[in-house]
Amino acid sequence: MGRQPDGPPPPPTVQKLRLRYAKRGRLRFASHRDLARTLERALRRAQVPMAFSAGFSPHPKISYLGAAPTGAASEAEYVEIGLSVACDPEAVRAALDAALPDEVAILECVEAGEGTGSLADRIDTSVWRVELPGLSLEELRPAVAEFLARDVVTVAKQTKNGLKDIDARASVASASAGEEAGCAILHMVVRQLTPAVRPDDVLAALAAVADLRPPLPPRAVREAQGRLDDTGTVADPLGPDRAARLLREHAAI
Amino acid sequence: MTGETLYPRLEPLLAQIQKPIQYVGGELNSQVKPWDDVAVHWALMYPDAYEVGLPNQGLMILYEVLNERPDTLAERTYAVWPDLAGLMRANGVPQFTVDGHRSVADFDLLGVSFATELGYTNLLEALDLAGVPIHAADRDESHPVVVAGGHAAFNPEPVADFVDCAVLGDGEQVVGDITDVVKAWKEQGRPGGRVELLARLARVDGVYVPGFYAVTYGADGAIAEVLRLRDDVPVKVAKRTVMDLDEWPYPKTPIVPLAESVHERMSVEIFRGCTRGCRFCQAGMITRPVRERTITGIGSMVEQGLKATGYEEVGLLSLSSADHSEIGQLAKELADRYEDSKVSLSLPSTRVDAFNVTLANELSRNGRRSGLTFAPEGGSERIRRVINKTVSKEDLVRTVTTAYANGWTQVKLYFMCGLPTETDEDVLEIAELAVEVIRAGREASGRKDIRCTVSIGGFVPKPHTPFQWASQASADTIDHRLRVLREAINADRRIGRSIGLRYHDGKPGVIEGLLSRGDRRVGRVIERVWRDGGKFDGWSEHFSFDRWTTAAQEELAQFGVDLDWFTTRERTEHEVLPWDHLDSGLDKEWLWEDWREALSEEEVADCRWTPCYDCGVCPTMGTEIQIGPTGRSLLPLTVV
Repeated sequence: MGRQPDGPPPPPTVQKLRLRYAKRGRLRFASHRDLARTLERALRRAQVPMAFSAGFSPHPKISYLGAAPTGAASEAEYVEIGLSVACDPEAVRAALDAALPDEVAILECVEAGEGTGSLADRIDTSVWRVELPGLSLEELRPAVAEFLARDVVTVAKQTKNGLKDIDARASVASASAGEEAGCAILHMVVRQLTPAVRPDDVLAALAAVADLRPPLPPRAVREAQGRLDDTGTVADPLGPDRAARLLREHAAI
Repeated sequence: MTGETLYPRLEPLLAQIQKPIQYVGGELNSQVKPWDDVAVHWALMYPDAYEVGLPNQGLMILYEVLNERPDTLAERTYAVWPDLAGLMRANGVPQFTVDGHRSVADFDLLGVSFATELGYTNLLEALDLAGVPIHAADRDESHPVVVAGGHAAFNPEPVADFVDCAVLGDGEQVVGDITDVVKAWKEQGRPGGRVELLARLARVDGVYVPGFYAVTYGADGAIAEVLRLRDDVPVKVAKRTVMDLDEWPYPKTPIVPLAESVHERMSVEIFRGCTRGCRFCQAGMITRPVRERTITGIGSMVEQGLKATGYEEVGLLSLSSADHSEIGQLAKELADRYEDSKVSLSLPSTRVDAFNVTLANELSRNGRRSGLTFAPEGGSERIRRVINKTVSKEDLVRTVTTAYANGWTQVKLYFMCGLPTETDEDVLEIAELAVEVIRAGREASGRKDIRCTVSIGGFVPKPHTPFQWASQASADTIDHRLRVLREAINADRRIGRSIGLRYHDGKPGVIEGLLSRGDRRVGRVIERVWRDGGKFDGWSEHFSFDRWTTAAQEELAQFGVDLDWFTTRERTEHEVLPWDHLDSGLDKEWLWEDWREALSEEEVADCRWTPCYDCGVCPTMGTEIQIGPTGRSLLPLTVV
């Protein structure tokens, strides 16, 4: 029998907070692991009373939801944290935001509504906006149309086990071409299926079906995540928590 | 425009490479000052990858010290991996700083910290990427002044053609002096051009300008003379020493990377210098005397640093941390202070001493006891007398057994191979030791799952040490000894499976030896290797022994010397060594005596606890040992 930590077990989780955060600018080049380390250090600097797992190397209770790929910016990354002392969600948001680098912003923090289910169950889709510098709307539009006209578009994807063929088409619920300041913009709603289809895969598909080759590296931003409904709308995953709070406040009156 | 950001040109390249986060800056506690607000601009380089360079304490200290001056800005730059370097060349993007993404060529000074000689090719690569001529002689006043520092700068002769200055010793104060000189020269309208600036720098204590010295060689290949080319530069350049470390509590706000780095912790230097007198150890020789930070000074650095970073581990650094005069109290009081937080405290590898197990127990009071590292360095008692790191075999086994009995499951033991006078038998004793340690450890702990990792490196003789005259063991010798050691460890599988052996082959050590004890002629070899594509020589996947040996053969032949001449050849007492005009304070006669005593296996005691043995440093440098105990203690932190 090895050594056991002395003393009582760590205090339990009394409050779960759900956060939406953004990674922007230069920090779009941060990987999921980079952001996780940064967030954990910021939680300590902000003195957020985290709940910890038991044992010799206690870990703060943090659950990450699927992260945007390295190189992609995002306005809608989600994480859930467990606290050992109940706190005002807005105070935690502000303190954590101040402790993070400027280009990581905590946009929202809500208490997990009791009985509302898990956050992961409320996310199955990403809304992407991909800037394509050097391409015009006239070049992008027919390529998108050609892509949408296909049932299957196979592209090679680099995975841990080498190159693998995947279908880039089935996951794309909708896509359209736009333009801002002379720069073509690809808007799309992509289901989070397995294997995951990322913006790079769709761009590879556009190259395959319409020989669309951006002269400069594209810049992708995940604008939203959530559950895709039958009308094609992506629901705010923190909505049920906010609703639960309103109900609670209403009941208190 | 000077000082303009290159980021818009860099960003498209970042999408095409590995680990782009290392090049974007924006780390917590990093700084970008407006270019035109200051008089003097420093680029500080660690000539290796970001993940290795970022945690470097020396560079982090200078970054803060310089940025605290209102008239100065300092930004960091690191070696660029080949994937990005190729794209930068193809797209005309020069070597940049990660803070402001400014071109390194725009800065007044480029300070390069050489912890190891294997960074030399990366200096050439960075200069070339920056668009700065690699030879100091080809630079004009529009180019940055290239300043080398760090331990390797105690023999900068192999890079004498590439650097403008080398700074010896502690950097905290001398960087300020250099800044003052550059500022005044710029304000005066750059009188006398670059030569005048360098002449003024050469008059700053601790600054060596190789271009103002010429070296001649005798028929035997050795140095005949080192001549001053101007009489206003010193005959011998003496190192700088910072006294009273509590006055220099840097880094106060360590930079916290987003990218993963080799040390995911905060470090606090608890003292500088070491007088244990280990004869192989250049750091212990060139950083004398011992200067301790006080227990209260350390306490406030730990507290302030944790607040500024959010790290959960603090390393108490020094060359031999258990030797701090207040270490027992420090460990206890820090452990008390952070008992309820998730902060863990650690010591780097320590001497083999039962007290160090007690310390480690205290620091890991309520945490995991996984690995403990000791550094006996020599395999046999005899060789440990030669290197002056004496510990008996019985004490060693007892200490490691105590560690296992106290719940440590992994013990790592550091050794060197290829030490002067070493035979196969000395190295084979490492195997005996490891076997005994496991046997005794299993018995003492009652566990079968304890492990001992033997980590072994080839010894490289270094300048300013008693072994500076020694013959370096050849790569074949090292490889042979490692082979017999491995066989001996594997002889008994029941024990051997609990012993891990980590080692590198002997080849990189030979090149490190060439660069460590080389003279100016070796500069041609470095340049040739870099021109043939050599860089990141500290990384086995990039290091090419063949490239180095070919370059050495072809570039050194004209001088009648070769790789062996610089490495495996033993030097004689009166040979002029390439670094003899660079003064670490150590008396050359004392070093020679200590070398002879090493050969007769005589020990020398530590001058902190026994009378001075006249190594020469304190009287030459006007310094003294600064140690406690202070009698002070850490107060409990009040909750704010």
